[in-house]
Amino acid sequence: MKLFSALMVLTVAMFLASLFVGYAAISVPEGLAALFGRGNPLYVTIMQDIRLPRALLAAMVGVSLGLAGAAMQGFLRNPLAEPGLIGVSGSAALGAVIALQTGLATAFALALPITALSFAALAVGLILLLAGPRGSSLTLILAGIAVSAFAAALTSLTLNLSPNPYAASEIMFWMMGSVANRAMSHVWLALPIMALGWIALAGLGRGLDALTLGEDAAEALGISLSRLRLQLLFGTAAAVGAATAMAGAVGFVGLVVPHILRRFAHGRPSTLLWASALGGAAMVLAADLTTRLVLPDRDLKLGVVMALIGAPLFLHLIYKTRKEIA
Amino acid sequence: MTFLSVQNLTVRRGECPVVDAASLVIGPGECVGLIGPNGAGKTSLLRGALGLLTYEGTSSLAALSPKQRAAQAAWLPQTREIAWPMSVERIVALGRLPYLARGARLSSTDQTAVDAALTRMGLQNYRTRLATALSGGEQARVLIARTLAQDTPLLMADEPIAGLDPAAQIATLQVFKTLAQEGRAVLTSLHDLSLAGRYCTRLILLGAGRIIADGAPRDVLTPALLAEVFRLEAEVIDTPQGPIVQPLGVLT
Repeated sequence: MKLFSALMVLTVAMFLASLFVGYAAISVPEGLAALFGRGNPLYVTIMQDIRLPRALLAAMVGVSLGLAGAAMQGFLRNPLAEPGLIGVSGSAALGAVIALQTGLATAFALALPITALSFAALAVGLILLLAGPRGSSLTLILAGIAVSAFAAALTSLTLNLSPNPYAASEIMFWMMGSVANRAMSHVWLALPIMALGWIALAGLGRGLDALTLGEDAAEALGISLSRLRLQLLFGTAAAVGAATAMAGAVGFVGLVVPHILRRFAHGRPSTLLWASALGGAAMVLAADLTTRLVLPDRDLKLGVVMALIGAPLFLHLIYKTRKEIA
Repeated sequence: MTFLSVQNLTVRRGECPVVDAASLVIGPGECVGLIGPNGAGKTSLLRGALGLLTYEGTSSLAALSPKQRAAQAAWLPQTREIAWPMSVERIVALGRLPYLARGARLSSTDQTAVDAALTRMGLQNYRTRLATALSGGEQARVLIARTLAQDTPLLMADEPIAGLDPAAQIATLQVFKTLAQEGRAVLTSLHDLSLAGRYCTRLILLGAGRIIADGAPRDVLTPALLAEVFRLEAEVIDTPQGPIVQPLGVLT
């Protein structure tokens, strides 16, 4: 419970900071009033149409990545697993890149996320086809790696064939990941899909706890492994596919957050699930805040900052736990 | 009343049957040792009976729903796996999982079962230690305690005492014997024939997937059967504590 309260306070603090810190200096009372549509109309626009969707999306993306990371690590019983492993984020990115390249993205506002989501769904179909609905976790990873590699190759091909440098640089910037300049329509498109994914992933707790003892023991404890695998696959696809569709490729969250929180969750995979969801939200909100506080006029990308924070953190963790690992 | 009834169970790996039409019935009060050379099909028989492998024939456990089966039989696999740095008490408490509603905390019944399991395996002082930081033999005892916490009529264990020190081996088999005396049943594969003869009420001898002998320890541990199935030249010495199998050489 202490862990829950601490993470909750941290996430809420980050969310509020995300709402009230920005380029336009708006005081807290003014901002609060504007959030509910009162006061200066310019402030109302800034709060309701710029900062609120940005903060909400950052939190939602963080929850999705943290939750999927914890679930994937628990399922594979490997602290190095991350949600991108099954190729969903790579495929969603490919969809987005194709939408940008063909100009479909400019046709209507939600064209890009919708294309990205369709590609994520396609990737899941392909993985199920390759690994089979009852495939082992090893075939699942191998199928995921194959799909990831293929998506990466096609993304490079699209970049390669890109007609002009502007299109190429637009694609490059999109791939760095960001939650800036998103509207509430993005939130409403992503939320139901992510919520479905969250429900599927949050329901894995019991099964993941049992898997601590290995697949055979888990099955004898009454856990259906084939159901668990399908639920993990669909949950990750919905949550991470939607997150990538909205924010581009944001790495490290799914890998680092469960890793940091495992000790505080006493190693229990079911506790780690919700802890990583909250921790992921706090981390992405913090990273997005950093992009606004450091070099605000250079449009730092969320994915870049995330990697800059995540990689040293990960190195530090390895340094600290190297004795336990050895 | 029976805890496990297996009829004509066949498990195939490819075309080749690794368990060939095995039938056995286990009732309360029995501590059954499953013996046989490497590759005789001991693990496949146990896993097939639980329904963890595709099988032909019938098994009363495999016919149950996964949840009912988990309340009927606890299973200790041969591979000892503790994936995450959890405390000994939390690992043992995983045995209560089949009885817990989603997201529920351990009830006092659950806690009693966990405490009893820790006590039986002599792990009271290990409660808060990280299971992953223990030695291999200690981890094995923790995992046995986990199956005890499941508190089922039948306990099925695959080589539970491999890698334990002699005292821990005897203590573990004594626990199994006590469970049987309390009216439960144990089915365990073993490699130490003397300990099997001493602590089990009944032995099942498996050779090349078939049940070769099934009966009282003294009737199964005979020089003739040991020679036939294990290719072992051995002397069986009767002592007040039970038969001792003294291997003398390998038959070619």
